[in-house]
Amino acid sequence: MTTTQERALPAVEAAEVPLVERVLPPPGGGRLATVAARSLPVVPIVGAVLAWHLLTWYDVIAWVRFDKIPGPLDVYHSLGAQLGTAEFRQHVVSSLRRILSGFVLAGLVGVVVGIGIGRSKAVAALLRPLIEIARPIPAIALVPLAILLFPTSEQGIVFITFFAAVFPVTVATIHAMKTLPLVWMDAASTLGAKRRQVLFHIVLPGAMPAIFSGLSVSMGVAWICVISAEMISGQFGVGYWTWMSYSLLDYAGVVAGMLTIGAMGFTTSWLIERLGRRVNRWLPGEAR
Amino acid sequence: MSPAAITTTDAGAPVDLDHIRIDYPDGPAAEVDLRVEPGEIVMLLGPSGCGKSTILRALAGLQPIAAGAASIDGLVHNGPEAHCAMVFQEDALLPWRTARRNVEFALAMRGVPRRERKQLALELLDQVGLTPFADHLPKELSGGMRQRVQLARTLAAEPRVLLMDEPFGALDAQTRLDMQRLLISVWQQRRTTVLFVTHDVEEALLLADRVVVLTPRPARVARIVAVARPRDPDAQLQPEFARQSKEILALLGHGQLPSTEDLKD
Repeated sequence: MTTTQERALPAVEAAEVPLVERVLPPPGGGRLATVAARSLPVVPIVGAVLAWHLLTWYDVIAWVRFDKIPGPLDVYHSLGAQLGTAEFRQHVVSSLRRILSGFVLAGLVGVVVGIGIGRSKAVAALLRPLIEIARPIPAIALVPLAILLFPTSEQGIVFITFFAAVFPVTVATIHAMKTLPLVWMDAASTLGAKRRQVLFHIVLPGAMPAIFSGLSVSMGVAWICVISAEMISGQFGVGYWTWMSYSLLDYAGVVAGMLTIGAMGFTTSWLIERLGRRVNRWLPGEAR
Repeated sequence: MSPAAITTTDAGAPVDLDHIRIDYPDGPAAEVDLRVEPGEIVMLLGPSGCGKSTILRALAGLQPIAAGAASIDGLVHNGPEAHCAMVFQEDALLPWRTARRNVEFALAMRGVPRRERKQLALELLDQVGLTPFADHLPKELSGGMRQRVQLARTLAAEPRVLLMDEPFGALDAQTRLDMQRLLISVWQQRRTTVLFVTHDVEEALLLADRVVVLTPRPARVARIVAVARPRDPDAQLQPEFARQSKEILALLGHGQLPSTEDLKD
């Protein structure tokens, strides 16, 4: 584990360099100061791993107990062993499939419903109350219902993910409808744009920044729900695998599962971020 | 300037505001009776908040007309019409489209086939002197350049009446002068009817055939001043320019009304 982190770090660091240098005082401190500044992000990570290693190595018991907690080396070996197996890859793939199905569905429904509510009083009157009633229910509370409703646990998990992810996108889209500058609509209609053309050429692209911030929130809650649902009712998936490791007293496996989930969450969020930057590169704050 | 340059499709249409009234929720915003000749440049001048922009918005179909009738080329119109395109003061460009793609948007709305749009858009951008910036996003352009793109985009709609709502109001003096020259050269090629809202007396006298001075809200026609020598490059040096400028300023409440014979229409 330590090595994977250390290997990943230089890349992150390199991307950050211009920022760090801008923060730095101008030359004078010279090379030493630059090296110090560049190593700043590494220090806490290395420190945390070191503390983890020492606490577990010496089985420290001081109110919290580290005697059963696997150390970084155990986790590293467990992760190394698991990553090579087809079974583990199968778990990763099945989690990814669930999250993508639920998330894509939520994105589409959220945008369509959000635009409908934001632009039509009738649709707002029709759907807003239902949404406000359903929204506060944590998606994970729907697990028993999902088990009863759907023939397979697979569909149930996708449903729960969808339920969790749909509201952030919907709400973000509704707000976007209210903040679109009217002059864009006015300009389009004096140029002869019809309602439909205004929707596709003005409203949708103009709402993309808000939609993407909704999507990144959705991605976060979607992961929480997929993993929790898998732990409760799954037959595959990283959440299921992590919980099984716990049941089998394979604690290093539990942490390896956690880290895998973290890595997948990071990757999907990063992809959304990248896509959002590309779509919204026209924003004043985005370099081209 | 030669009459041969005037094409029938581009030539301006007459505009007739027949005792129109435009209402805001809290009362009348404007009550205007005005006829504009085809190809004429009419400047609407009035104190800020008097409702001069509202008159343009009503003509563009963005604001309902409560009473009376607005007709363009003899046809009473209601709802947004492409033959009455508008240049706005603020950034009305679509920020996610490059200059060229903004112009292409207007061409698409006019129904120009996709394969012809790029060439036409580039020609229009060339007319406003922006060829090197065709592929720039609005955020990468200066205020003056953005207004040039807006002008090109509006011309792409081939309007017979060009509505301009303080289009140069946010620009610095030099850029504003350049834009005024550009507008005149475009107008000389196309002879579009222009209704132009401004609060700048000098700008009004430099560009107009006639200056319509409006009262505070609700906007009514206070006086129509026919410019002695419209768009004469040396106009500012003539005593007539100073006299008319003083007359208009007096109507707007700055200084004394000169006691010369009025140029009422």
